[in-house]
Amino acid sequence: MTDRVHARLLVLAVLVLSLVVTLAARAFSLQVVDSEAAVAAAEDNRVRELVVPASRGMVLDQQGRPLVANRISLDVAIDRRELRRLDDDGDAVLDRLSELLEIDPEILAARLQNCGTPDAQPQPNCWNGAAGASPVVARDVDVEAAGEMMADPVGFPAVEIERVAVRDYPGGSLAAHALGHVGTVTAEDLAEDPELEGVLARGRAGLELVYDEALRGTPGLEKVTVDSSGHRASGGVEVPAVPGRTLITSIDAELQAVVEDQLQAAIERGRGRIDPISKRPYEADGGAAVVLDVRTGAVLALASAPDFDANVWTGGISARDYAALTDPEAGQPLLNRAAQGASAPASTFKAISTIAALEAGYSTTASYPCPGSYEVGGRPFKNYRSRSYDPMDLKRAMEVSCDTIFYRLAHQQWLDDGGSDPVPDPQDLIASKAADFGFGRRTGIDLPGETAGRLASRDDKQAQWQARRAEWCQRADDGYPELDDLVRARYLTRLAAENCSEGMLWRVGDALNAAIGQGDTAATVLQLATAYAAIANGGTVYRPQIARALINADGSVDTEFTPEKTATVDVPAEDLAFVRQALRGVIETGTARRAFEGFPVDQVPLAGKTGTGEVYGKQATSWFASFAPADDPRYVVVLTVSQGGTGGGTSAPSVRGIYEALFGVQDGVADPTRSVLVGGDAAQGLPTIGAGGVPVAPDMPVAPEGSP
Amino acid sequence: MTILRTAPPVQVRTSPPRLRQWDWVLVLAAVSLSMLGAVLIWSATSARLTAVGQWAGSSAARHVLNLVLGLALCWVVSRLGHRAIRRYTPILYAASVLGLVLVLSPLGSTINGAQAWIRLPSGFTVQPSEFAKVAIIVGVALVLADRGSSEGPDLPTLVRALALAAVPVTLVMLQPDLGTVLVILSIVIGMLVVAGIRLLHLVALAVLGVAAVLAAFLLGLVDDYQIDRLTAFASPDEGARTFGYNTQQARIAIGAGGLLGRGLGQGSQTQGGFVPFNHTDFVFSVAGEELGFLGVCVLLGLLALLLWRGLTIALRARDLFGRLVASGIVLWLGLQAFENIGMNLGIMPVTGVPLPFVSHGGSSMFAAWIGIGLLLNIHAGATADD
Repeated sequence: MTDRVHARLLVLAVLVLSLVVTLAARAFSLQVVDSEAAVAAAEDNRVRELVVPASRGMVLDQQGRPLVANRISLDVAIDRRELRRLDDDGDAVLDRLSELLEIDPEILAARLQNCGTPDAQPQPNCWNGAAGASPVVARDVDVEAAGEMMADPVGFPAVEIERVAVRDYPGGSLAAHALGHVGTVTAEDLAEDPELEGVLARGRAGLELVYDEALRGTPGLEKVTVDSSGHRASGGVEVPAVPGRTLITSIDAELQAVVEDQLQAAIERGRGRIDPISKRPYEADGGAAVVLDVRTGAVLALASAPDFDANVWTGGISARDYAALTDPEAGQPLLNRAAQGASAPASTFKAISTIAALEAGYSTTASYPCPGSYEVGGRPFKNYRSRSYDPMDLKRAMEVSCDTIFYRLAHQQWLDDGGSDPVPDPQDLIASKAADFGFGRRTGIDLPGETAGRLASRDDKQAQWQARRAEWCQRADDGYPELDDLVRARYLTRLAAENCSEGMLWRVGDALNAAIGQGDTAATVLQLATAYAAIANGGTVYRPQIARALINADGSVDTEFTPEKTATVDVPAEDLAFVRQALRGVIETGTARRAFEGFPVDQVPLAGKTGTGEVYGKQATSWFASFAPADDPRYVVVLTVSQGGTGGGTSAPSVRGIYEALFGVQDGVADPTRSVLVGGDAAQGLPTIGAGGVPVAPDMPVAPEGSP
Repeated sequence: MTILRTAPPVQVRTSPPRLRQWDWVLVLAAVSLSMLGAVLIWSATSARLTAVGQWAGSSAARHVLNLVLGLALCWVVSRLGHRAIRRYTPILYAASVLGLVLVLSPLGSTINGAQAWIRLPSGFTVQPSEFAKVAIIVGVALVLADRGSSEGPDLPTLVRALALAAVPVTLVMLQPDLGTVLVILSIVIGMLVVAGIRLLHLVALAVLGVAAVLAAFLLGLVDDYQIDRLTAFASPDEGARTFGYNTQQARIAIGAGGLLGRGLGQGSQTQGGFVPFNHTDFVFSVAGEELGFLGVCVLLGLLALLLWRGLTIALRARDLFGRLVASGIVLWLGLQAFENIGMNLGIMPVTGVPLPFVSHGGSSMFAAWIGIGLLLNIHAGATADD
């Protein structure tokens, strides 16, 4: 052998050896130095943590009737990982799916994209769930279609049929505003609150939102080992899911149905009447009604019109449905007017003004003049329809709803406080009494988005001016060029100029309007109801509560909600008793007499007050605020119809209908056994929850007809 | 085959070698690698086979059967005289070329993008390119040894040797199986180097090679997917969907094995089927995951032992032919193993070359054992005079 060949063979030997050493070094680096990351990656491949959703708690009425239950929806989800592994990237599968589910193939493909990614389509045609989860491309598919897919795993690889519990509202539109709805947990939700991981749906509105944490429970965790095609090899529950708690409410489904019917009847009634001012039928474009237990603040019924079928939310609302629910033309059915709609309480506010009058030293027996008009500074402040009466006492003033007596009171108070140039720390008596009763403040009801309304007062005026001064002054200079109605534009410009320069002044007109619940004062039915409940129960302002208790899945009580006092008004008991008497007179001999004619007030004495609110540019707001029995109050009922006409003509008859249901009145006779409430009164205990968390309850009322 | 026939007689051994003249270390290393392969194949396939209702050990048993047949081939080859080798080499060469032509015909089967297999009626498949490697090694050795001198091969010899390799290489290229082409070219160049090729020729060859590669790319002779395959190892995360997926999963498997391995049949990557082709081209990943770095060292150790014995045989060979064949076989097994394991470890491009002795596949096993047989044959020639 030549040396050269020998040498080159040695080179070869070194080369071969170095190759082996290279491999060993690389293996050492992978297996010994960087092993940890690979172990994690392998584990990530093999073990998938499956979140086991917790079943969402039901919402029951005070008798245990289900207001919100669950049902199974069959959803179609697609495992994107597995889809990508198919030869044609899953095109054939998507085609078959599109045909079976009758969904456009492009929409189907779009729903596989995570929302917010560069070429994603807007919702709902994108996946807004957890980025790594299998996107759901169709919800609530019919059983046949789901069966076809499950029976043919070869034709539908990567397709998963998920049995998902969804919300079911057996009453349809019944209490829809109070119950609210749920929505899917979006990627943003997850980013904000990691605890929502694995939660299928979260409350978005109403009780569903307020008690979401209790209702949704805690998802469990299952660790499943899978093979490369995602097939489950073995699995074990790591953390069991904790089902959501059942929410028992104080709402009575039967009463709720009655209240909704009566609210609708009031609206129809309003639409059947001609507004003497505009000479057109009343629009009656919306309304609200509430029934509270005056002894606890418990909400027995809460209605808002127009309403909607709560089931539209199940499985995700369509864009069209959502537009319809928020359309101002359709009266914004989604708006919960009971908590979110405030307007001038008008004469219903006189109950407060009367208390202020008594505090100011007015006598319960003396007579005061009630002219048709009360003139201040050359400006007449008129009674309703300028009607003038002989002098009368305060009780009668309430019964006939005399405004001028309260104008005089307000004028005197205003002068005592120093008029437009107030003394230090003015008393502002009427406003301070109203504030005691909760006006201008949220009642604190367990519903989201409640408005505080507004209470016209010296302080409020000052605060308003501070807040809006710049805007007013700007408008005073610029006018309202965007308005076509030149008369209105001129009026508004003048108003802005006045507000700009003198908007901080509490003028006599403000004081007079405030005394009869007009002007800037605005209240919700809930605020009026809590105030009237305080008059009825001797001075306690309760926080209205819908929730009564949260029940664990095993039937044990998790939380029982007790009545919460938000305030105790500082009013002598005899003054409250006088107001109660006066309100009773309204029903028996006053403005509401006609509406309650034939009602057995000897058996069930009623107390109430009509209100007809004036709203600039709109028809009058109809109000009726009341409680019963007047001598031993249990319920407060307040009903309003926006652009509905007079309180006595439009609202009072419906409130009567509600009392007839509450007290079992038939043919002029009250019979507690006929009451819509089981046992003739609001339930005091909690309903029985039977085996497996199923409530033992009377039947549900039939969903009110005529609702969408 | 005039190239071969014009070669003058090389030294001829008179009596066939006996078994005790075998290099038993070499044989045992190869048998151990094969048996290790059987174990790894069993681990990689048993779950899958059970799932489809077959006997869990059928793939492993087939591998062992291939080993036995390979050993028989090895025994036969080791007993051949040089004259017989000279006689059979053109036949093997012709058969390989014919086979390579056949795979391109409708008779060929395509697996993983390369039309490299002939399916026989019995259900067996034959991969002629594996046998072509043996034919090329022996053929090139014959040509180079024919004109062997201390000066190294002259230009006509060089051209003849290259022409000999060019025919099967072109056919393999058409399959297309770039990995095998690269292995064959490396073997040939390695053999030329051992044969003492002049530096000038080597440089010229390199320039030609680079030009050829450039031409292949520019003329579109190489498919995009081949380029993707070759470059996937450089960016495995990006190309995880395509060929990078295999290497990524293989590297996860190997890395997850750690120092001691996760135990035979315990690797989740292997058992879960996350590494595709883990009984053939990615069989190394099974060793990596389930037997760990220690198992890998054993495997590499056996390989090193085998290559060391091969090199020793080459060094001790009595003539240039034996030396060239032995070094060709060492180059073949060494480079192919390096490419295969390197691919598993993510430092070499993804090409479809099996790991000799270990990967499942009859053609590869038979060809490798023929190689061992040749080494034993040369060893016996060397020791006969000792």
